[in-house]
Amino acid sequence: MTLPLSHQIINLMACLLLLIAFAMVSQRRILRLIYLFALQGLVLSINTAVVALATHQPHLYFSAGLTLGLKVVALPWLLHRLIDRLNIRWDIETLLNIPTTMLVGIVVVIIAFNLALPISQLAGTITRSSLGIAMASVLLSFLMMITRRKAVPQVIGFLAMENGLFFAATSATYGMPMVVELGIALDVLVGTFIFGIFFFQIRETFDSLDIHHLEKLKEKA
Amino acid sequence: MNPGYFASQLLQTLLAVFLAPLMLGWVNQCRAWLQNKSGPGVLQPYRVILKLFSKDAVLAHNASWLFRFAPYTVFGCMVLAASIVPILATDLPFSPAADVIALVGLFALARVFMALAAMDVGTAFGSLGARREMLVASLAEPALLMVFFTPALISQSTALTTIVETLAHRELTLYPSLAFAAVAFVMLLLAENARIPVDNPSTHLELTMIHEALILEYSARHLALLEWAHALKLMTYTSIGIALFLPWGIAPAGQWVMMPLSVLVFLVKLLLGGAALAVLETVSAKMRIFRVPEFLGMAFLLAVLGMLTRLLLGSAG
Repeated sequence: MTLPLSHQIINLMACLLLLIAFAMVSQRRILRLIYLFALQGLVLSINTAVVALATHQPHLYFSAGLTLGLKVVALPWLLHRLIDRLNIRWDIETLLNIPTTMLVGIVVVIIAFNLALPISQLAGTITRSSLGIAMASVLLSFLMMITRRKAVPQVIGFLAMENGLFFAATSATYGMPMVVELGIALDVLVGTFIFGIFFFQIRETFDSLDIHHLEKLKEKA
Repeated sequence: MNPGYFASQLLQTLLAVFLAPLMLGWVNQCRAWLQNKSGPGVLQPYRVILKLFSKDAVLAHNASWLFRFAPYTVFGCMVLAASIVPILATDLPFSPAADVIALVGLFALARVFMALAAMDVGTAFGSLGARREMLVASLAEPALLMVFFTPALISQSTALTTIVETLAHRELTLYPSLAFAAVAFVMLLLAENARIPVDNPSTHLELTMIHEALILEYSARHLALLEWAHALKLMTYTSIGIALFLPWGIAPAGQWVMMPLSVLVFLVKLLLGGAALAVLETVSAKMRIFRVPEFLGMAFLLAVLGMLTRLLLGSAG
């Protein structure tokens, strides 16, 4: 039994997304992280366009275009500007135990696949099998946010999580309504601006972007 | 019993054994070209092996039978491994005898003898090399098994010939899980054959060498056999990669007309594979030895991911 080509491409893109999620978890350099984020956006946009083509849903073309504009061009450009301003372009996260993180990552993927299996058996969409991968990439971005100490990689992890959610929406229900999608896109854009302002504030207060300094802000009981 | 059956086996084994130094020479020549050097020529490994065979062997006083025995074992293992892999045709008399798991076992057997022989004489470099080799091997072996399990799941068999039959002679389908397995396999190929990111084959620097430290005490015919076995291992790995991930052009069972064509296709694939290997080695830098577990951990992860996506996506994966 062979599947139609569009279905195969969707599966391939889903696997690429998973691979990129793992690459982001294990990447120590901030600059590479931004490139990976842009690549993830590109794969997501191609995937959405293929789903639109296969299911004849014109509104998905808009979300593919929106993803391309926002996540491949606008957000990486903003992040580039941010790391230039903060002068952390060549920053490397040193305290990161990659093999352990990878093993935790595999466990996370197995959990996500098991969770998604009963759901995707009930679903009738052509993208149902990629739901597990979407959940896995959300959880992996979450893992990335937990393991990072610096502020900028954490924000990239947050944005990657949004990518995963978008992918989950596409694979479960062929995308969210246009209004919701536009709202989220705007939220992410504004969120990145606000995070940028936060970065400067954090650095001004602590002379560092290490968010563990924020723990000092607790009031003494 | 069909005589052509054995002829294909014999042809394939001889081809692998006698082409192996050429393959190594080709990879080295490509690398030299990429680095703007003139290079020693593709026939250099043959010259080295011939020169070593005509010399007198020198053995350490305390070398035991194990030390003399090891090169023959290693070479034998590699020849057997090369005969299991379907290079030209899928009907091989050897293939029912050994599947992919036995293949991994053969590599392990050769490696254990190498490590024991290196420790036998009792020099510091030998034991150092043996330890490093075992460090790399203990991480690479499970990953290699995982890589083999993905195509084995797809074709419902662990016999290499069946896997190749299933993958090569059916409608073209994109298998994302095989893509994961392929990337993991390339990483393992680099690690297992002492190529650049893990080990540097052209240096005898004590801080970094792994494979060269193991064979430091050998000379003459023993060294020649080990060098040949090393080339054969690279050849076997490349042909496994070709058989699993680019199986088109391997002759199906019982079609002798296809044989010359499949030899030609195999040579072209080998040329391209060797050039790609040289490019890969030129663009990457040698890793610190303590980064190697991370590298192999990545390979293991990719192989497991391949298997998981195969299970999740079912027939589409």
